[in-house]
Amino acid sequence: MEAIVNQLPIGLSIGAVLLLIALGLTFTFGQMGVINMAHGEFIMAGAYTAYLLQGWAGGQAVLVALPVAFAVAGLMGLILERTAIRHFYGRPLDTLLLTWGVSLVLQQLARDLFGAPNVQVQAPGWLQGGIGIMPYNRMFILALAIGSVVAIWAYMNRSGQGRRMQAVMQNRRLAATSGIDTGRVDMRTFFIGSGLAGVAGVALTLIGPVGPALGTYYIVDAFLVVVAGGLGQLRGAVIAAAALGLLNSYAEFWSDASLAKVIVFGVIVAFLQFRPQGLFVVRSRALT
Amino acid sequence: MRNSAWRLTLPVVALAVALGACGADSSSQGDAAGADGIKVGVLHSLSGTMAISEVTVRDAELLAIEEINAAGGVLGKQLVPVVEDGASDWPTFAEKATKLIAQDKVATVFGGWTSASRKAMLPVFERRKALLWYPVQYEGLESSPYIFYTGATTNQQIVPGLDYLKEQGKKRIFLVGSDYVFPRTANKVIKAYAAANGMEILGEEYTPLGHTEYSTLVNKVVQAKPDAVFNTLNGDSNVAFFKQLKSAGVTAESMPTMSVSVAEEEVKGIGVDNIAGHLVAWNYYQTTDTPANSKFVSAFKAKYGADKVTSDPMEAGYNAVYLWAEAVKKAGTTEVEAVRKAAGGVALERPEGLVTIDGENQHMYKTARIGVVQPDGLIKEVWNSGEPIKPDPYLKGYPWAASLAAG
Repeated sequence: MEAIVNQLPIGLSIGAVLLLIALGLTFTFGQMGVINMAHGEFIMAGAYTAYLLQGWAGGQAVLVALPVAFAVAGLMGLILERTAIRHFYGRPLDTLLLTWGVSLVLQQLARDLFGAPNVQVQAPGWLQGGIGIMPYNRMFILALAIGSVVAIWAYMNRSGQGRRMQAVMQNRRLAATSGIDTGRVDMRTFFIGSGLAGVAGVALTLIGPVGPALGTYYIVDAFLVVVAGGLGQLRGAVIAAAALGLLNSYAEFWSDASLAKVIVFGVIVAFLQFRPQGLFVVRSRALT
Repeated sequence: MRNSAWRLTLPVVALAVALGACGADSSSQGDAAGADGIKVGVLHSLSGTMAISEVTVRDAELLAIEEINAAGGVLGKQLVPVVEDGASDWPTFAEKATKLIAQDKVATVFGGWTSASRKAMLPVFERRKALLWYPVQYEGLESSPYIFYTGATTNQQIVPGLDYLKEQGKKRIFLVGSDYVFPRTANKVIKAYAAANGMEILGEEYTPLGHTEYSTLVNKVVQAKPDAVFNTLNGDSNVAFFKQLKSAGVTAESMPTMSVSVAEEEVKGIGVDNIAGHLVAWNYYQTTDTPANSKFVSAFKAKYGADKVTSDPMEAGYNAVYLWAEAVKKAGTTEVEAVRKAAGGVALERPEGLVTIDGENQHMYKTARIGVVQPDGLIKEVWNSGEPIKPDPYLKGYPWAASLAAG
């Protein structure tokens, strides 16, 4: 019984990890329609940022790295968007292949720069330990996920830039006619989306491996959350991440990790049969 | 928006499937070898989830080749390595093995890490009557005439590991492993041993390769309250497992783990803080005190950097090249059947001590060693078998294992 109760916070913390890795994608995939396979490598870039800052910030590298990784991964995303992706808007399949290629290049680059073996990022002393089954580092990730959601929500709904972003997302041509510089908005969206991947990468150093293949472990889960939650829907992503986290946690508890994956995939496939657009749909009169 | 949801979903799902085959690159060298070189294949995962471990074995094998060349080569000829990338993908291993044998016409291949990759390559080597030197401890129950196994088989690693736990009074064990052939077979052996030795198996859990979410599994382990965990996880999963085990408050004192796939190289990536004090079972540690080892460690550091560590699979890969070269010298030719015949009884002083090839099953006599991970990241030996143990891949010498060999 105790174990079953324990699975609840575990499920939520799995959900928090899923949410963190998927948040950036709700921007780039959900709002701009870009299937960015290199999203996982932006996560990896965030993790390696924490590793590099270790020499300077020591045990507090994880904390220092959060804003820095946001900027590093964001810039990488910005460069990718400006040099390549913007030429492929409206062609999801081409973008998919393009960004997949970029992801392979970035993985190999990491392997050449940092070596194939994993590296270790020291967790700050104050994140060691925990309350019961819930370690402090999981609580930190949960808090970080909640904080990110709140920040994004405020940005989207309370700032001029965020509102312009929503306008472009709902109807690009109308937004452009109304005088919004859609190219600028795209750049900004991509910067934020990629930057959030960097933040997720820093958080993941607390619980997982830091190596060149890091991105590949999370990219599929990230897309699952966005697809199940509904494209471009912040609250959809939040609910989907929490639901998938809990489902994962209980499915694994009652079966095993391999079967839990199958169950989660099965449930998502079945769910998408009924709601191909995911949990929430943007209602728009745009002719898309 | 409405229609595009489906259009976007489909390619993503398709790609999720394709990701399994991700990252294939290869580098070949030595086409210019000329008539007087002997080509040898080096086939490991240089990309993908297994690269963390296999790249280091490749480095050790290349070092051995370099050293042998510096000492005059084999049969008066220089060895020319042809390096290929198995990309952590088992069909790729079979494909690259075929390429090395058929196209490059290598004299032998050193390669593989996971049992899945070995099982994928085995039919290729048997069909083409070529030689594979496999450098990693594995689950036993195999003896291909075309493979030499330079890592430990079960009775040289897992059985001593269990003996040690029993000796320490750790009788209630939880099994954790990656979901593929090595952990599953190893756990069969462990369960048979436990049944015969009054040990209790409290649980048996598997996770997919590359799995990084261990909170649920750790919760199950903690609830079961075992005396010890026997860990057969492989690759990056070990990092996530040990980090999350530690955050759950599990210490090496309260619940030690015995790992069979965590060596010095993996300790670095896991973070010493997360694994110090836990147990490992191998045949070799960087700290093993032999003259051959101090030479190996200093040569490796000189070539690849002072911060590098040496580990059991690296040593076994390093040995494989020397053992093959010795067998070739004895045979006077690189011809496969002659080398196989000559190999039996070849004995060399290696970093782990005396290693002798068993001509019958093509495994090695090896000394078993149990170690504890130290705060400096190296591993201190706490027990050894005293002398090289005769390899027994089918565990014929162990009555409790009678049912295993059949299956």
